[in-house]
Amino acid sequence: MGLVDPLAVYALWQRDLLRFVRARSRLVGTFVTPLFLVAFLGFGFEGVRFGSVPEGVSYVEYLVPGVLGFVTLFSASFSGLAVLSDREVGFLKEILVAPVPRTSVVLGRIAGGATTGLVQSGLVLGGTLLVGFRPTSAVGLGLAAVFLVALSTTFIGFGLALAAGFRDTQGYSLVVNFVLFPLAFLSGAFYPLSNLPPAIRWIGYLNPLTYGIDGLRGALVGRDAAAYPLPVDLGAVAFAGAVTVLVGAWLFDRVEAA
Amino acid sequence: MGAIEVRGLTKRYDDVVAVDSLDLSVGSGELFGLLGPNGAGKSTLINVCCTLLAPTDGTATVAGHEVRTAPGEVRRRIGVVFQEPALDEELTGAENLAFHGRLYGMRNPRRAERIEEVLDLVDLTDRRDERVGTYSGGMARRLELARGLLHGPEVLFLDEPTVGLDAGTRNAVREYVRELNARTGVTVVLTTHYMDEAAALCDRVAVVDRGSVVACDTPEALTSRLGGDHVEVGVDDPVAARDRVAGLDWVETVAVVDGGIEVVVDAGERRVAPLLTAVGEVASVSTVSVRKPTLEQVFLELTGRSLRDEGDRAVGSGDPAGGRAAANGRGGGR
Repeated sequence: MGLVDPLAVYALWQRDLLRFVRARSRLVGTFVTPLFLVAFLGFGFEGVRFGSVPEGVSYVEYLVPGVLGFVTLFSASFSGLAVLSDREVGFLKEILVAPVPRTSVVLGRIAGGATTGLVQSGLVLGGTLLVGFRPTSAVGLGLAAVFLVALSTTFIGFGLALAAGFRDTQGYSLVVNFVLFPLAFLSGAFYPLSNLPPAIRWIGYLNPLTYGIDGLRGALVGRDAAAYPLPVDLGAVAFAGAVTVLVGAWLFDRVEAA
Repeated sequence: MGAIEVRGLTKRYDDVVAVDSLDLSVGSGELFGLLGPNGAGKSTLINVCCTLLAPTDGTATVAGHEVRTAPGEVRRRIGVVFQEPALDEELTGAENLAFHGRLYGMRNPRRAERIEEVLDLVDLTDRRDERVGTYSGGMARRLELARGLLHGPEVLFLDEPTVGLDAGTRNAVREYVRELNARTGVTVVLTTHYMDEAAALCDRVAVVDRGSVVACDTPEALTSRLGGDHVEVGVDDPVAARDRVAGLDWVETVAVVDGGIEVVVDAGERRVAPLLTAVGEVASVSTVSVRKPTLEQVFLELTGRSLRDEGDRAVGSGDPAGGRAAANGRGGGR
């Protein structure tokens, strides 16, 4: 059989969406926390100048793309969690015994996770309009969506790779929290990386989220708000996405149902 | 060619041998039971036949395809109901079925038609749009049976289909299994450690112990290995009674026991009356009891161990897959 089974990918994507729509608490949680972040940090640090934040870019403008990256990161980590909770409730067997290539299963997970991540980011972005954030253009919004999907894909691949190493959700959740926070804070989401000591700064430069958030800034706030050129941002995120998806798919292929 | 041909199948986990050069043939359309204690290797055998586990050695051909060389072909042709529930509780019954149909490449309108058919088959049509989380254990099991049949498999595997259900629900599920087999002609292979389930449900039963098949036959033939039905008659003169019935051609053996005789006859129901008439000619009868040999006794005879004792012991050892499921406490109800 081929590697891509469109109907199976659709089935997995649709299931993720149904579950997302029904889990109201998750919807509210992923929506409210980031808005609090934007509101409290945004107002709290309103007048503060952060090193290399460009002149003419307010802190809220600097912060919103960072928070969108943050939302995407956490949303993507749910995909790894979903594999493990499927295993815990036995549903993973239903998927693994079906005549569907594993690659299609991984693609379905990514499609579902990226869509729900995009919806969450969209909701948060809508909420930030209340605190005065204004995206520059429709083209910018489209470009931002590209970055959000690329970031989702990257971190879903990462989550699947990580999930392959765990048998239950508890261990995964614990480790994910250890990994997500450094990733979020070493990405320039809340302050420029150049404010950090050089040794730590380099970790930030290796973090795909750095380029995703910088790309979002360029797309939503304006080119001069971004630290790196657009092709660099896009190339870095695309490369990271390809690597984590391949590794995730390769490891997921070895996941046993029991 | 039968539905399943297993030859010399071995599955080893590190140094534990879960399935030990096992041979098995299941004919097309059969309702076939694998009977054995927890940890006998039944679940491992099923998981190998479903392509979820790779065999260490030997071959297993399911629905005409070898599990190792053509797993995709096997998967297309089988339905599986796992020991533990494998439904998405956030989705409705119909959504679970639609998801399954898509994974098996079924497109509308055939998918929608089949969903209605199988829901009707297990009497869940009126609950189709309710979340599976609200279903009872029995309803969930029925939905899983329906799902296993949705894509029209040639072979349906049921791993302990009635474990964790209460007695009434268990009987209902058995009825459904019988009905599905009769109406659709699908080959059913089920594992169980309930003797009554194997005896009441299956055309043929393979008794599995320590990873191999120790006997395989119809439930009747298996129990008749122990000889016929035992009739115990309490009489005042056992010796006279014994001498009177010993010559009857339907009496297999007769022995004097404390306060009476124990007679083994070919068919208990039909022979009790003539037996009592004969005994009554020479002695006065006080009590009578008929005992049919059970698969439990057959198992004891074949393995020297009781199903139940072995089952309890095997939780901590034996088949790692079965042991793990039991240790997780997930084999039970919901």
